[in-house]
Amino acid sequence: MNKNPLIKYLREGSLPHFFCPGCGAAQVLNYFLQAADAVGLNFDKLVAIGGVGCTARIPVYLHADALHGVHGRTLPWATGIKLHNPDLHVVIFAGDGDAAAIGGNHLIQAARRNLDVTMIVVNNLNYAMTGGQVAPTTPEKLRTMTTPFGNAEPRFDLCKLVLAAGATFVSRWSTYRSGQGIQALKKALQHEGFALVEFVAQCPTNFGRRAFGSGDPVKGVQWIEERSVTIEEAKTLSEEALADRFVLGDFVDYKRPVFDGTSIMAQGRE
Amino acid sequence: MRGLSKKKRVLTGKHFMLGNYAVVEGALAAGCDFFAGYPITPANEISERMAARMPAVGGKFLQGEDELCSIYALTGASLAGAKAMTATASAGFNYMQEGIGYAVAAEIPLVIVDVQRCRGENYATQSDVMQMRWAASGDYEMIVLAPSSVQELFDHTIKAFNLAERYRTPVIVMSETTIALMRENLVIPDEKDIEVINRTKPTVPSQEFVPFRADRDATPPLPDFGEGYRILHSLNPHDEWGGISWDPDVFEKMYDRIIGKIARHRDDIVETDGVFLDDAQIVLIAYGSESRPALDAVYQARGNGIKAGLLKLITVWPVPEKEIRAVAEQASVILAVEMNIGKYAGEIERASGGCCDVIRVTKNRGEIHTPDEIYAAIKGVRR
Repeated sequence: MNKNPLIKYLREGSLPHFFCPGCGAAQVLNYFLQAADAVGLNFDKLVAIGGVGCTARIPVYLHADALHGVHGRTLPWATGIKLHNPDLHVVIFAGDGDAAAIGGNHLIQAARRNLDVTMIVVNNLNYAMTGGQVAPTTPEKLRTMTTPFGNAEPRFDLCKLVLAAGATFVSRWSTYRSGQGIQALKKALQHEGFALVEFVAQCPTNFGRRAFGSGDPVKGVQWIEERSVTIEEAKTLSEEALADRFVLGDFVDYKRPVFDGTSIMAQGRE
Repeated sequence: MRGLSKKKRVLTGKHFMLGNYAVVEGALAAGCDFFAGYPITPANEISERMAARMPAVGGKFLQGEDELCSIYALTGASLAGAKAMTATASAGFNYMQEGIGYAVAAEIPLVIVDVQRCRGENYATQSDVMQMRWAASGDYEMIVLAPSSVQELFDHTIKAFNLAERYRTPVIVMSETTIALMRENLVIPDEKDIEVINRTKPTVPSQEFVPFRADRDATPPLPDFGEGYRILHSLNPHDEWGGISWDPDVFEKMYDRIIGKIARHRDDIVETDGVFLDDAQIVLIAYGSESRPALDAVYQARGNGIKAGLLKLITVWPVPEKEIRAVAEQASVILAVEMNIGKYAGEIERASGGCCDVIRVTKNRGEIHTPDEIYAAIKGVRR
């Protein structure tokens, strides 16, 4: 039997992976490998970072230098690495809890600084590894383990947040739109500066069953797709109509100086 | 910070320097090339001087968005090959515990300076002495050094880097408001006379390298990120190859080694200093700035014919068990002198194994003991 050609990028002996059948994070691992292969990413110079959570496990499977195991601190790690050795390519895999909640301030500051990293957020709309609790990204009114009668909180839009903070490449797709998603990852990997790609992802085990009554991965993908609109389509819709939609597309792609430390040398004066 | 941007790495010579600045110069002399910190009094002078000194010597300075950013930036930089340090004060030190715990488990060399202060205010205190050792979750050994002067702030910061690199572990310099904000004489030796230890690197190619394989009292070599070794560094229990494992044998073996590499080298790590210990009947045990009035009190006592002595703890963690025990076996009484409610005294009682009485001489009002106060305690014993 022919082996998947991308398997060479995975750490020997690390399979089988621990993702549930139909998990969106595992798809994003696949998309990342396709994009990395296409752009010829040098895995000797790659540092893959995951915090804590399902998505955070992705780096554990990559055959590269990797950091794993602390919730929300992926960007501080990356900041230290990039300041000391800018030649390394840092790719962060974060869930929505890691990025939007516990690591939220780090996200804002890294975008503001234009830290030269690729940040891939798998937004599965809940805290999946811990059993399906509500997240800052969970749409309103939906049921989770900690919102048994519905979510009372408005949801967070991560792309809007980092755009406002100064990120220089921002893109959002869903696991369903794999072609566009892989294209966005390729752009992000080649981007110099803070690049964030968000994937709205199905979580059959811990989100789908409670939010809309189905643990079927296909139904989960359909549920997201029914609520997805492109940036162009979104322009024709009211704020109200967009409230429960996922707006997909490349939001921004430009260049400005990347972060190299807080203190610069005084030029010609002291 | 006038003139600092042109200065070289080691400022050999005699100085009259602020304690916090001496920490910076010690770090630079030890090879520090990465600093991250978040503003907090009374540690700010360390960050401020680092901001001027780091770029001048080719290092990097980061003012993080909080203490968590600082401590994790250190771990990232260190794994990328940097010699990294942060400085904070008690309240900020609280936030760093998570990162310290990570650095212990992932075996990452770094140096943390905690300039102890009282809750919310900058009163003098030694109240973090137990927090230094026990604040992070999980099992671990911690190396903590307690300087008592500006010179020792310089010397012990170098020592802290050397221990961190030697044992692949975070090391804490336990500073205090008293010495951090004091100016004193400082002698910086020639660069060639300063001992600098760097982490060991693998000597075999990546295919042959097992990243976490070492004897149970040993420290495995540490390559930098990007050198082609492709190592997973996780907090989670990991086997010799770095793979996350749910096997209890792996868990047990990993922590046995991480603890053992320090605990089984206790004698190589622990340092103390003694004054008049040969025949002392009343022995003061003190650490940090409290060892200074304690020493004055011992001289006063000797001047008055009282056989007093001082055991000064340079390493507070690991506990200098043997040294304390030896003193306890000889003395009739130990006075545990501390600027807090009496915390380390429990360790002294434990280490002395009931060989002699341990009397707590504590002061917990934001002020250092005066020599007279400690001398009064010595006289109180005689009565």
